[in-house]
Amino acid sequence: MSIGHTLLGLLEGGPRHGYDLKRAFDERFGHDRPLHYGQVYSTMSRLLKNGLVEVDGIEHGGGPERKRYAITDAGITDVEHWLIQPEKPEPYLQSVLYTKVVIALLTGRDAGDLLDVQRAEHLRLMRELTQRKRGGDLSDQLICDHALFHLEADLRWLELTAARLGQLAKAVRS
Amino acid sequence: MTPAGSLLIATSLHKTYGHTPALDGADFSIHPGEVVAVMGPSGSGKSTLLHCLAGIVKPDSGSVHYNGRELTAMSDTGRSGLRRGEFGFVFQFGQLVPELSCSENVALPLRLNGVKRKEAESRASAWMERLEVADVAHKRPGEVSGGQGQRVAVARSLVTGPRVLFADEPTGALDSLNGERVMELLTEAAREARTAVVLVTHEARVAAYSDREVVVRDGKARDMAGVR
Amino acid sequence: MSGRDAPAEEPRSRVPIARWAADLAMGGRFAVTGGRESWARTIMTAVGVGLGVALLLLASSVPTMYQQHNERGDARSAFSFGVGVKPGPDTLRVTNGGTTYRDQDIGGILMAPDGKGTAPRPPGIDRIPATGEMWVSPALKDLLASDEGKLLRDRFPYRTIGVIGDSGLAGPAELTYYAGISQKAFGHVDSSYHIDHWGVDDKGKGEPLDPALLLLIIVGCVVLLLPVLIFIATAARFGGERRDRRLAALRLVGADIHMTRRIAAGESLFGALFGLAVGGGLFLLGRELVSGVDVWGISFFASDIVPSAPLALAIAAAVPASAVMVTLIALRGIAIEPLGVVRNAKPKRRRLWWRLLLPLLGMAMLLPLAGGFGAGSAGGDMKAYQAAAGAVLVLVGVTALLPWVVEAVVERFGGRGSVPWQLATRRLQLSSGTASRAVSGITVAVAGALALQMLFASVQADNTESTGQDPNRAQLMANVPVANGAEARDAFARYRATKGVRDLLGVTDDYVSDVRPSKEDPSSVPEEALTVADCPSLREVIRLTSCENGDVFLVDSQSYYGEGEGFAKPGAQVNLAYHDGGTPDLREKKLWTIPRSATQVKPRQDPTGGMRTGIFATPAAFDVADLPDPQAVAMIRLDQKVPDATEYVRNTSAALSPAMDVMRLSSTSQSDEFSAIRKALFIGATATLLLIGASMIVTTLEQLRERKRLLSVLVAFGTRRTTLSWSVLWQTAVPVVLGLALSVAGGLALGVMLLKMVGQPLAVDWSGLGTMTGIGGGVILLVTLVSLPPLWRMMRPEGLRTE
Repeated sequence: MSIGHTLLGLLEGGPRHGYDLKRAFDERFGHDRPLHYGQVYSTMSRLLKNGLVEVDGIEHGGGPERKRYAITDAGITDVEHWLIQPEKPEPYLQSVLYTKVVIALLTGRDAGDLLDVQRAEHLRLMRELTQRKRGGDLSDQLICDHALFHLEADLRWLELTAARLGQLAKAVRS
Repeated sequence: MTPAGSLLIATSLHKTYGHTPALDGADFSIHPGEVVAVMGPSGSGKSTLLHCLAGIVKPDSGSVHYNGRELTAMSDTGRSGLRRGEFGFVFQFGQLVPELSCSENVALPLRLNGVKRKEAESRASAWMERLEVADVAHKRPGEVSGGQGQRVAVARSLVTGPRVLFADEPTGALDSLNGERVMELLTEAAREARTAVVLVTHEARVAAYSDREVVVRDGKARDMAGVR
Repeated sequence: MSGRDAPAEEPRSRVPIARWAADLAMGGRFAVTGGRESWARTIMTAVGVGLGVALLLLASSVPTMYQQHNERGDARSAFSFGVGVKPGPDTLRVTNGGTTYRDQDIGGILMAPDGKGTAPRPPGIDRIPATGEMWVSPALKDLLASDEGKLLRDRFPYRTIGVIGDSGLAGPAELTYYAGISQKAFGHVDSSYHIDHWGVDDKGKGEPLDPALLLLIIVGCVVLLLPVLIFIATAARFGGERRDRRLAALRLVGADIHMTRRIAAGESLFGALFGLAVGGGLFLLGRELVSGVDVWGISFFASDIVPSAPLALAIAAAVPASAVMVTLIALRGIAIEPLGVVRNAKPKRRRLWWRLLLPLLGMAMLLPLAGGFGAGSAGGDMKAYQAAAGAVLVLVGVTALLPWVVEAVVERFGGRGSVPWQLATRRLQLSSGTASRAVSGITVAVAGALALQMLFASVQADNTESTGQDPNRAQLMANVPVANGAEARDAFARYRATKGVRDLLGVTDDYVSDVRPSKEDPSSVPEEALTVADCPSLREVIRLTSCENGDVFLVDSQSYYGEGEGFAKPGAQVNLAYHDGGTPDLREKKLWTIPRSATQVKPRQDPTGGMRTGIFATPAAFDVADLPDPQAVAMIRLDQKVPDATEYVRNTSAALSPAMDVMRLSSTSQSDEFSAIRKALFIGATATLLLIGASMIVTTLEQLRERKRLLSVLVAFGTRRTTLSWSVLWQTAVPVVLGLALSVAGGLALGVMLLKMVGQPLAVDWSGLGTMTGIGGGVILLVTLVSLPPLWRMMRPEGLRTE
């Protein structure tokens, strides 16, 4: 799901070949897990099928034939929707959120909004947990506290990222 | 969130200290009994917003309506009177008068309002019991722990039965456990009394005690309830 | 000191001097380089210490000032006590030409050379003024030139030929003149001398000081200087709390406790040294200001105000030393830890016994002196020291008692009362020491001043004699030196014509003698006074039922004095002829017969308080011109509505005789010396109280600045300005009132002792007491008023912002 959105987001900057897409993805998000080309191929065909991308042209040369993909309006809406939809607060969200922030920056959207929305989502859950904690017994409290501290850590990361958006935008766009 | 039915409404507040703008068109509103967290990075103008809302500081422009009255149009005496009677305050530190005993500190706002000493002290002791600090009533602030001191401060802020309680980083100087206890007691007491709470904090776990949060960034306040 | 940093620590006993010096120097550096805050602190200390030092320097200059003043005064004195000089070619005839203008005394000497030789020239002028010329002092010149001196100009019918130089003046503001008059004019002068040189022969000490006066001076010095010392000690502690926090920061980076103490000492030392310099500067500045200021007719040249060398050295050594001492003592009560300053949470209760011991010891030293300090008692020096030590102990003891009293009283305030009162008393309960320290100076000053006032009141009552004069009957009296009765008549006429004179009682009198020598003692001739005056004037001097011009009355001198033969009887002959030397001339008698109608009457006190006896004749009964060597006395009633009436009369007198002055009649007379000292004491005490007020202001402001944040919080929850203002007032008032109460008690006790010592009856000077307490109250108000603007400034919500 999120790989599809990421690739879509990368396409928003302009049509690209499948291989280009893989390289762009790896450069920005695939430090530890580079994308297999097969993954790109299957994702793109799914996106094609759903009408989110279209084939912009086919290049014939030596070697395999290369399709150039372009994003459709439906694709742009889909990216928009993805970005604005807060993630369900859960552990290890940072790679998804990071991807979203970068895509937002790349596509010229307001990354701050995205982070605010995510913060609101985190806080909503924290409020719930706090509420549950107040009514619950000690074991409930301890469990809730664990989740609260993790959420708080994420939230702090969100704050820090928000504070560094300008810096990140420069790095991404260079 | 619509301002209708709101107790305290601020619209497009501007305030500049020297050449640094602290508030740059901030809006805010709160209902009776509501707990609103004001969040944001340091230097974003959180405290200035609170000071404007409480009538401590006059904004350069914009308006603050409390209960149908325009705060910015009131005299200093009028606003002081309002703060004595209708508002309560808790700060991060340095708020208790070090010479007075804890119970005298709690009774102070009542006495400033002209309540007789006996009566003020009995009301103070009820609130101290409520905030679980009855045992330090006769100690001086310097002789009690940070958490106790902060609960004394909360008792003091609520003793007059304020309609709005302004809390500026009330747990800033406390550890998690003490901070949480203070927040629990504060929000519980405030909800019971239908006191609106403006809670300035940069801590998410403290903000989690609120009903909704407002984020201040670059002098602008953003109501997160309207985002989703 | 924890064990952790023990390895890094040097053995304490062997701290090299270099270490010490380095730490002290570091403290000195902190005093200047610690940013605005430490500069402010250093300057506050320096100014405070400087003020004190300037006062001390001034006090130490007093001996030199008086010496210089008196030496110059002596050098131009024309009235050497000693053998009368016979007139010769090189002598000068002089008489006192002093006069009074409004309330200012003007000194003056009238002179005329006796021969053609070189008469002695007084200091400060180039030549002896010729007849009709005068030299004036700069101050007199200014007075004569001013509008204020307009009336005075008529009194000096001389041409001003120059200004008297500094060597001829005791002080720069002195009003004095030298005028030349003719030898003939001396005929209208009561008494004159001939001198062959100027200056006092006997340069030795004057009379030894009256012991009571000595006691006054000793206690006066203690009273005025102790508060200055206390003030210096307080100044050395200015800004102490911030300094402590800075020292804590030093501890954090590794300074040990001893180092911090040395650094603090260095800081104080620097402040005190700086203060010495400031004090020197202030002293020089003040010296210029003081010069030319005329207080009770005494003024000093700036060059006279030189501190005595040993005293100046003592000041230079003692001030920095005591500043360091004070700092070290102040640091004793607190522990400066790396993470902050720990004040002893519950300071030790102040103990009463030694505080009570001091004044009791003082009293014990004073008691044996009771009644023994009178004039002429033996062992004066020892007793003086004992008295001084006793007085110092009592005063210091009262000061030492103050912190205990403040603490004990304040502890009893149980948080009752209004909010400002509660805030103030609770604050005092927590730190009564600071408050007492500030007030202790007031205590010494007021207690001492009160004791002195009491001593004065009694000594003054002793020195204030009833003169018997009755200012309701006449306000001025002039003795007119006249050559004969006709002149007397003219003089009276001129007085009557003077502006501002409503009425004049003029009596002319002379002596008449019996026609034969005394029966008991043939070598002497009995004499009686013969007074000639009109009926209204006679009524003022004898009791008359009826009087008509032509009547003669007799007052039996025997009945009044109980001696003499009473030759003046109706129908008796009296002799009017006298020799030049003033003895009756029985060979060429000039006879007058007392009319048979003369009636015996009783004497009456005249307006000057005198009683007249003898023969009283109305002008028709006796021609005043027949009196050979009469004396004329004019008693003048003034028209109170005419301003400066007195001055017009004085001008008339001056025209009649250059050396004549007019006496103002008053019912009592006071020794000038005492009223001067009393005023000096009053001014000194006021200055001291103001000084203390200044240090209280600094302390209060410091305290307020410390609580800037708290003040903002109080404002946030709606505290009124007035509430906090009242709390500042109470906070100042409580210790000051306690201090005043204690000092009234101590002062009265000391005063009673002093009175007993000089053997004076008990008397309390209520007006002095009232004035002192009034000034104390004024200080409270002043401190509060000055503290209010900064308080209000600090009450602004900006203080809530966290930096």
